Amino acid sequence: MKKIEVNNLTKIFGSHPQQGLKRLMNGEQKESILAETGMTVGVNQASFSVEAGEFFVIMGLSGSGKSTLIRLVNRLIEPTSGEVLIDGQNIVEMGKNELIETRRKKLGMVFQQFGLFPHRTVLQNVAYGLEIQGVKKEERNKRAQQSIEDVGLHGYENSYPKELSGGMQQRVGLARALANDSDILLMDEAFSALDPLIRKEMQDELLNLQNKLGKTILFITHDLDEALKLGDRIAIMKNGEIVQVGTADEILENPANEYVSNFVKDVDRSKVLMASHVMKKPAVHMADKSGALAAVRKMEEAGASSIFVVDKDNNFKGLLTIDNAINAYKENLPIENVLIEDIHEISPETPLNDLFGVAVEAKYPLAVVENGKLLGIVSRVSILSGLVLGKNEVTTP
Amino acid sequence: MNYFTLPLEEGTNRFVDDWLLPVTGEFFDSISEGLRTFVDGVTDLLIAAPPELLVLILIIISWKFSGKGLALFALLGSLYLGSVDLWEAAMQTVAIVIVSTLISVIIGIPFGILAATNKTMASVVRPILDFMQTLPSFVYLIPAILLFGLGNVPAVIATFVFATPPAVRMTTLGIQQVPADVVEASKAFGSTKWQLLYKVQLPLALPSIMAGVNQTMMLALSMAVIASMIGAPGLGSVVLEGISTVNVGLGLTGGLGIVVLAIIMDRITQGLVRKNKK
Repeated sequence: MKKIEVNNLTKIFGSHPQQGLKRLMNGEQKESILAETGMTVGVNQASFSVEAGEFFVIMGLSGSGKSTLIRLVNRLIEPTSGEVLIDGQNIVEMGKNELIETRRKKLGMVFQQFGLFPHRTVLQNVAYGLEIQGVKKEERNKRAQQSIEDVGLHGYENSYPKELSGGMQQRVGLARALANDSDILLMDEAFSALDPLIRKEMQDELLNLQNKLGKTILFITHDLDEALKLGDRIAIMKNGEIVQVGTADEILENPANEYVSNFVKDVDRSKVLMASHVMKKPAVHMADKSGALAAVRKMEEAGASSIFVVDKDNNFKGLLTIDNAINAYKENLPIENVLIEDIHEISPETPLNDLFGVAVEAKYPLAVVENGKLLGIVSRVSILSGLVLGKNEVTTP
Repeated sequence: MNYFTLPLEEGTNRFVDDWLLPVTGEFFDSISEGLRTFVDGVTDLLIAAPPELLVLILIIISWKFSGKGLALFALLGSLYLGSVDLWEAAMQTVAIVIVSTLISVIIGIPFGILAATNKTMASVVRPILDFMQTLPSFVYLIPAILLFGLGNVPAVIATFVFATPPAVRMTTLGIQQVPADVVEASKAFGSTKWQLLYKVQLPLALPSIMAGVNQTMMLALSMAVIASMIGAPGLGSVVLEGISTVNVGLGLTGGLGIVVLAIIMDRITQGLVRKNKK
């Protein structure tokens, strides 16, 4: 189900926006409109849609029109033309009361500079949206309290915003948007004003919250890494236009044009690529089927000094080194007794970034395990080649 | 440069004599009556109340809004006013200042709000304020006498003209200084214009508005001296008497009384500004 649908949305700033619109429709460039009429095309015929429960990121550099675009969605800025459907209803054509009602019930917003009310306590800030709807004090404080706890600010209810750090202030901003219980969260560069560590923490928590609460999120950022990390889908904006919409993979692998490819060229691959992208299918030894001698032969074939051992259902058992295998054969022990079991297991979603330290310390390749099953192995070599080549080249045998 | 003659003087006089006084005279008379009742009521109340009680209240207010220092000063100042036999004159001045400040604030703040939120209104209000602030006060003292007679009513009117601009301007300034993202946040959650105004803009503009009230009060007090020329009773008329009889001592006595009032009123209203900033 489409939660937000934006069709041909255009905003022209200036004295005669309709004239500017006509020029734009006749195919005139933004630059020539600015030069001839002094009017700025903020957003140029943007179209996209966001599914219910989707995390949709709009990413662009400053001046690309992304902040204007998000304000057109809740009409903090009046669009020049086009439509914005929220749950199928066109917000552009709504009357004053209907617009206020939609903002109250359906759209929460989080701001880059937090936009907290300095004269109100945390609790009063969070309860603001409910207060203006006329929700009784007891009820609104109860609901505000719940969202304060959701964002981990328990104990700060009676503090004033200026007494809190930036990260905590933005938690208040987030709690305020959650308290209304609207399905849609509009987030305008919500984490851009925070320092990197707090930022990462907030990103992780936002992802958790979204998993838990199932909100539809429209998130604006100028940071590609942030976009790739958070977005189910990403729209890239340039000069007021949306130049590409797609998943992180689609954008990284098939940039729509030179602009996008220049953008993604510098992406820190270590943050985008995950263990599953660089892992290889290991030679395995089925423990139940055959004994130590068969395992030694397999290692010989593969030219390796160790082998991963699984049972018949591919459940990961441990690692068998060649020395241990030979000992087991000589002393006629079952393989299970000589397995090295404290092998470092990683999940397929572990970013490459987090593997460096582990890979340097580990004596053996890392086992990629999900639900107890061995999916593949990651060696130091494949981490490095993944960084250099990208995942396509690595996964193709 | 005398290319043509503009009969502004004759025209204005004819307008005043033929239309303003005969046609609107009654209207202004009724305003005058209402104001007189108000000012006289406040004056009588202040004079009739036991000075000791008033001083006690003043000391408490001073202590609360400013501190021990001002409370002590209020006590000493009151003793001074009593000792030079100017208590009653001081109360007459205080009554005019309170009434005209009240009117200035009640009319000025809404206009300040309108000017802050409406561009057309701003472009209308601003030149009027410029006019009110730059026109020499003696110029409007004359029509004030014609329309409202002598005494404390024209004094209140003239003081209103003189003292309202800061209340308007500081209100406008205060509202415009509310950070844009805070206003946006309020709107984004579905505030109506009224909710935005009284839940967000006014509370945040309050320190600035209180600074405007402080300015208005100070201007009203300084006008109290000038207004004595049109028969306003109080400390101003004491100073005026000192001037006209070349009595330096009397002038100084009255002048110091005004300084005492000014310091107390200023510190108390500044205390209000500080309190609202917290």
